[in-house]
Amino acid sequence: MARTLYDKLWDAHVVSQFDDGGALIYIDRQLLHEVSSPQAFAALRENGHALRRVDAHLAVADHAVPTLGRATDIADPQARAQVALLAANCAEFGIRNITLDDQRQGIVHVIGPEQGFTLPGITLVCGDSHTATHGAFGALAFGIGTSEIACVLATQTLRQTRAKTLRITLDGTPGAGITSKDMILSIIGSIGAAGAAGYAIEFAGPAVRAMSMEARMTLSNMTIEAGARIGLIAPDDTTFAYLKGRPLAPAGAAWDAAKTWWRRLPSDEDAVFDREITVDTAEIAPQVSWGTSPDQVMPVTGTIPQPASESEAKAIAYMGLEPGSALAGLPIDHVFIGSCTNGRIEDLRAAAGLIGGGSVAAGVRALVVPGSGLVKRQAEAEGLHKIFLRAGFEWRDAGCSLCVAMNDDRLPAGARCASTSNRNFEGRQGIGARTHLMSPVMAAAAALTGRITDVRGLL
Amino acid sequence: MTPFRSVRSVAVPMPDANIDTDIILPARFLLQTEKVGLGRHAFYERRFDPAGKAIGGFPFNDPRFAGAAILVAGDNFGCGSSREQAVWALIDLGLACVIAPGFGEIFAANCARNGVLAVTLPKAEVASLLADAEAGRVLAVDLDSQIVTDGRGRELAFAFPPHSRAALLNGWDEPTMILATQGDAIAAFEARSRADQPWLWSKTNG
Ligand code: SF4
Repeated sequence: MARTLYDKLWDAHVVSQFDDGGALIYIDRQLLHEVSSPQAFAALRENGHALRRVDAHLAVADHAVPTLGRATDIADPQARAQVALLAANCAEFGIRNITLDDQRQGIVHVIGPEQGFTLPGITLVCGDSHTATHGAFGALAFGIGTSEIACVLATQTLRQTRAKTLRITLDGTPGAGITSKDMILSIIGSIGAAGAAGYAIEFAGPAVRAMSMEARMTLSNMTIEAGARIGLIAPDDTTFAYLKGRPLAPAGAAWDAAKTWWRRLPSDEDAVFDREITVDTAEIAPQVSWGTSPDQVMPVTGTIPQPASESEAKAIAYMGLEPGSALAGLPIDHVFIGSCTNGRIEDLRAAAGLIGGGSVAAGVRALVVPGSGLVKRQAEAEGLHKIFLRAGFEWRDAGCSLCVAMNDDRLPAGARCASTSNRNFEGRQGIGARTHLMSPVMAAAAALTGRITDVRGLL
Repeated sequence: MTPFRSVRSVAVPMPDANIDTDIILPARFLLQTEKVGLGRHAFYERRFDPAGKAIGGFPFNDPRFAGAAILVAGDNFGCGSSREQAVWALIDLGLACVIAPGFGEIFAANCARNGVLAVTLPKAEVASLLADAEAGRVLAVDLDSQIVTDGRGRELAFAFPPHSRAALLNGWDEPTMILATQGDAIAAFEARSRADQPWLWSKTNG
C-alpha cells in the first residue's frame, strides 16, 4: 500500500504494536537542554533506572544562558546552577555536553542539524516544543515533556499514538522579500493555533523543493504554533548536500548506504493523506502578528481588526493597539533577530543584505543573536557582523535570548518588539512586553525605519 | 505517579481560548530545577500585580474557588511550550483534573504522566460546565466510568485512551512498565537497527 513519509517513519520505529492503537516507538536520538532535563535525571535516579544508550543523546545549554560576557561566570545564581546541573548530570551519565565555552554551543535546534546529529529517517525528541524543526530533514521529530525525557533516557522508547496526516502543498513562486517565515505565519493564521492538532504535517510542493535547509527549518519549526507536534519535509539532494561532511553525519561507505536508505523515505506518489491544504505562495504578502497568539497574524498591509471575541479584545488591549488602525507604520522600540526559527546564517545574511549601509532608527534598540557559535563565526567570516555593528545593532553570543524571557535578555513592560522568534505570547519577551512576529528582512526593515514596515518598499 | 480515580469539588473557570504554558508558568520561573513549589508562580502575571499583590477577580485568587481540584478551561488549553513545569504548578495549586474542548498535545501528555486527568468534552458541554463553575456548583469526575457529573446532576461521558486510563488509575510509572514488559522487544529492535542502519550506532558520542 502507498505510504506517506510519516507512515514510513512511524512503521520503521514500531517496537511493539498494542491493541488499543498505541505503539511503543523507538527513539534514535535525544537532544537535552538545561531547562527540561534536571527533573528527568532526578527521576532516573529515583527509580533506579540506568541510562540505556549513552551515544543517543547530545546536550547543550541555551535557554538560560547570557548572550553577553561569556568569559565570566553566569551572573544569575539560579541560571548558573541550572547550567552547572546539566553539565554535572551529563558527566555522571557520560552524555556528551557542548559547554558554553565551546564554539559549537547554540540553540538546541540549531546545533542538532549543524552537527549532523539530526538525520533523515530517524526519530528525534527533545524536551522542547520546537523539536518539530528537525522534521525539515525527514526525521520524525517532536517535542516532549520531562517525564518523557526520563522515559527515553531509561528505555529509548516512548508510547505514542499515530497521528493523522496533513499535507500542506506550497505551490507557486513567492514574491520578492517573501520568506518561509511569511508562509508559515500565513498558514497558522488561516488554520488557527489549534488547526493542525492531532496531525503530523508534511510540507510539500515546488516552493518547498526550492527552499534551502535553513528556510525549511523555519517552516517546520513553527508547526507547533499550528497545534501540530510534527512538521515533516521529505529529504532530497538539498538535504544531503547540507548534511554531507557534518561531524556526526555518516561518512564514506556509511554515507552512501544511508543515502540509499533515505531516498526511500519520500511519500509514495499515490499516498493518501487524511487532509490536504494547498497554498499559492505567490499570493503571500509579508506577515506580521498583531495579537498574543501566533494565529493573530495578518499581511503587513492589514488593519487591526475589530475584536470578534473577548480574547481578541484582551489581545488588542495587551498589545496597545487601536482597532481599525493600520499595522504598517506602528512605531517599535526593539528589534530581535535570532531564535531557533530565524537565527541561522541565511537569516543573518538576509537581514544584513537589507540593512546594507543603513542604520538603526533613533530610539530603537536592536539585537542580533546568532543561533549558534558556528553561525556567529560564519557570519563574522562573511563580514556580516560589521554591517550589523555599523548600523547600530548589538552583536551577541548564541542562545535563546529574547525569544524567551528567562535569561538576561528581557524587554520592559509596554516595549514593542519586531521579532523573528516564534511566539507572541503575553510576557514571552518580558512582563508586559509586546511582540510582533515577522521574518528577518521585515525585522531589519523595522530596525531601519523604527516602524513596522513593508519590506517590499525597501528592496 | 499518583493514581487518579475520581474527584469531586468546586471548579475554577478559565474560559479564554489558547491559554499557553507561558501564561500557566512564566518562563522566568523555569530556572528552578525541582518539581515542587511551583504553584506560587502559576499564572503569575494574571494573578499578581507588579507589587506582588493578588489581583481581585482572577479565579485563583477568588475564595469561592478555594480548594478546587478541577479547572474548566477554554479551547487549546496548555498550548505552546512543552514545559512540564506547567503541570507541576497546577498540581501544586491542588488541581487534579482539567476539562477543556481541546488541549495542547504535549501538555495533555504531560498531564497523563503526572496523575492529572485532562478531559476533552465538546464546546457546548464545556460552556455549561463553565457556567456551573462560575456559580460555585460542585462537579464530579470519575475516570473509572469516564463520566463527568455537572453541577445539576447531568452525566457527561468522555472518551479516554485505554492505556492512559489504566496508567492513571493504577499510578503506573511508564519507564518501569516498559522495561518490565518490553525489554525483549526493545533489544530485538535495537539488533535490527544495528544491522539495517549501522550509521546510527557509531560516532554520535565522538
Ligand atoms: S529559541 Fe526560543 S523557541 Fe527556540 S528553543 Fe530557544 S526558547 Fe525555545
